Amino acid sequence: MDVQTWSYLLVGITFALYIGIAIWSRAGSTSEFYIAGGGVSPLANGMATAADWMSAASFISMAGIISFAGYDGSVYLMGWTGGYVLLALLLAPYLRKFGKFTVPDFIGDRYYSKTARIVAVICALIVSFTYIAGQMRGVGVVFSRFLEVDIDTGVVIGMIIVLFYAVLGGMKGITYTQVAQYCVLIFAFMVPAIFISIQMTGNPVPQLGMGSTLIDGSGTYLLDKLDGLSTELGFAAYTEGKKSVIDVFAITLALMVGTAGLPHVIVRFFTVKRVKDARKSAGWALLLIAILYTTAPAVAIFAKTNLIDTVSDTAYADMPVWFKNWETTGLLTFEDKNGDGVIQYVADGQANELTIDNDIMVLANPEIAQLPAWVIGLVAAGGLAAALSTAAGLLLVISASVSHDLIKKTFRPDISEKGELWAARISASVAVIIAGYFGINPPGFVAAVVALAFGLAAASFFPAIILGIFYKRMNKEGAIAGMIVGIVSMLLYMMKFKFDMFGGGTPDDWWFGISPEGFGSVAMVFNFAVAIGVMQFTPDPPLLVQEIVEDIRIPSGAGEATGH
Amino acid sequence: MSEKQKHASAYWKENVRYLFILLTIWFVVSYGAGILFKDALDSIRIGGFKLGFWFAQQGSIYAFVILIFVYIRLMNKLDKKYGFDE
Repeated sequence: MDVQTWSYLLVGITFALYIGIAIWSRAGSTSEFYIAGGGVSPLANGMATAADWMSAASFISMAGIISFAGYDGSVYLMGWTGGYVLLALLLAPYLRKFGKFTVPDFIGDRYYSKTARIVAVICALIVSFTYIAGQMRGVGVVFSRFLEVDIDTGVVIGMIIVLFYAVLGGMKGITYTQVAQYCVLIFAFMVPAIFISIQMTGNPVPQLGMGSTLIDGSGTYLLDKLDGLSTELGFAAYTEGKKSVIDVFAITLALMVGTAGLPHVIVRFFTVKRVKDARKSAGWALLLIAILYTTAPAVAIFAKTNLIDTVSDTAYADMPVWFKNWETTGLLTFEDKNGDGVIQYVADGQANELTIDNDIMVLANPEIAQLPAWVIGLVAAGGLAAALSTAAGLLLVISASVSHDLIKKTFRPDISEKGELWAARISASVAVIIAGYFGINPPGFVAAVVALAFGLAAASFFPAIILGIFYKRMNKEGAIAGMIVGIVSMLLYMMKFKFDMFGGGTPDDWWFGISPEGFGSVAMVFNFAVAIGVMQFTPDPPLLVQEIVEDIRIPSGAGEATGH
Repeated sequence: MSEKQKHASAYWKENVRYLFILLTIWFVVSYGAGILFKDALDSIRIGGFKLGFWFAQQGSIYAFVILIFVYIRLMNKLDKKYGFDE
C-alpha cells in the first residue's frame, strides 16, 4: 500500500476510535462536563494531561525548531517540562483540595471578589484563544500534506471532530479520548525515532543514540559530526547557542512558570478524587511527557544531520521524491541563485538557496530516512492526535469560563444546572467556530503569539495563585493590582517589540537584553512586587478566607469538587 | 491552639521545608547545570555528549521526573505521620 492509503487508513481508524469513546462517555451533569465527575484515576489523568499538554507545537514543530536552533532549543525542553515540578509541588495539591471547577473560580473565591474573577476570566480567554488558533492550523497542515485535501477543508474536518466529542462529552469525553490520543501520538513519535536511531547509530534508544558514534565505522560521534557540518556551512556549532545567557534564562523561566499557570493544564487536576491522586497524576503526566521530550532533541539531531547529508552541495535534479512533495506545499523552497543547479544550503543569507519550514523536520523525517509507508501514515495520525487533544482541552476552558464563571457566577446565578450545561455546550460550539476561523484565516500574529501565551500566563495567573496559597495575608486589592500590572506590562512589551507599536524597537533596545518571549519572567516579578506592595496599605482578607487558606494546606477531606 | 491546629502547622512547616530542598535541586539541574554553568560543564564529556549540553537537553528532564516522584513519596509519608492520610 502507498503512503496515502496508509494515512487514510490510520487516520480513519483513530478518528472512529475517538468518536466511539465520545459516545460511550457522554456527560450528563455540569460536574461531568467540567471535571469528568471527579473520579478519574491518576494514571488515566496523567495520560490525559500529557495529551492535553503536548500540542501540535510539541509533536510537529518542536523537534524542527531545536534542529535549527541547536542548544538554544533547550529553552523549550527545560521550560515545558520544568513547569510540571512547579505544578506538582506548588499548585496541583492545593487547588484540588480547594475543589472548584475552574481557575477563575479559585481566584474569585480566594480573593472574595467578582472583579478578581472577571480579571481572571479575561486572562484565561486571552491565553486560550491565542493557543487554540495554532492548533487548528496544525490540523490543517497535516491534512493538506498527508491526505491531500486543502488546508481549509482540513481545518473544517478537524472542527467537526472536536466539536462532536467536546460538546457531547465535556471533560469526561475529552479525558478518555485524550487517553487514546496519548497512546496514538507517543507511538507515532517513537517508532520513526527508534528506526532512525538504529539506522544512524545502531542504538535502538534515541536518547542514547544521539550521544553515540556513527554506524559507518568511522568512530566519529554523531554530535561532533553535526557540529562540524554546521560550522562548515557557516552556522553556529549545534551544541553552542547564539542567544545570551540572560535571555536563555528568562525564556526558560517564563515557559516553566507559564506552563504551571496555564488554565487548561491546571484544570486537569480537578478531575481526580483525592489530593494525593493530584500529586500522583502530576508525576505520571511528567513521566509520560518526558518520553517525548527526551526523544525530540534526538530526532532534531538525526533529522538535521540527514538533511544536510542529503541536500548540501547536491544537484537539484538528484533530489528524492519527498523533496518535490514538500516543495508543492510551499514549506520547502529552492531558488537557484547562482544558476549551477546545485543546492547551496549555507548560513549566509545572500548565498543560501534553500528555505525550510521548521515543521518539515518531523513530518518529512520518515521520508528523508526512507522508512516504510505505514510509518509515514502513523506520523499523520499522531500529529492529528496531538493537535485535536490540545484543542479539545482548550475549548473546555473557554466554555467553562463563559458558562460557569461569567454566566453562572457573575450574571445569572439563578440559572438551573440543565441551563448551565446547555450554556457550556453552546459556548464550546461558538469557540470551535472562532478557532476554526482563525485556523483558516490565520492572522499574521498567531504564530508569534502562541509562544507568548506562556508569558501572559506567567505574568497573570501564577503569582496570584501562589500568593493565594502560600501567603495567607494576601488580599484582593494586591492580587487584582498584581494581575493587571503583570498582564498589561507583558502585553505592552509584546506590542512594542513584536508588533512595532509605540515606536517599536530592535533587539538592542530590549530591557536587560531580554526578548519578548522571556519577558514573562520580568512581568511575573512585577506582579509579585505590586501585589505585595499594594497589600501593605490595604485591609487584611476576612477571617473566613484566612481559614480557607489554612484548610487547603491540609490534604485530607477534599471531597468532590463543586460549583458552589 | 487545639491539637489539630498544632498538627496542621507542624505539617505545613515540614511541607515547606521539603519544597525548599526540592526546588533548590530543580534550580541547580536546569538553570545551574543547563544554563549558567553550561560552558564550564561542556569541558567534561560523557561519550558523545558535552555535559552542559546533556543537562540542558536530557539530564534536567530526568531530574524533574525523579523530583516529582520523590515529592510524592515524601508527602505520602508526611500525610501518614500527621494523620492527614485518606
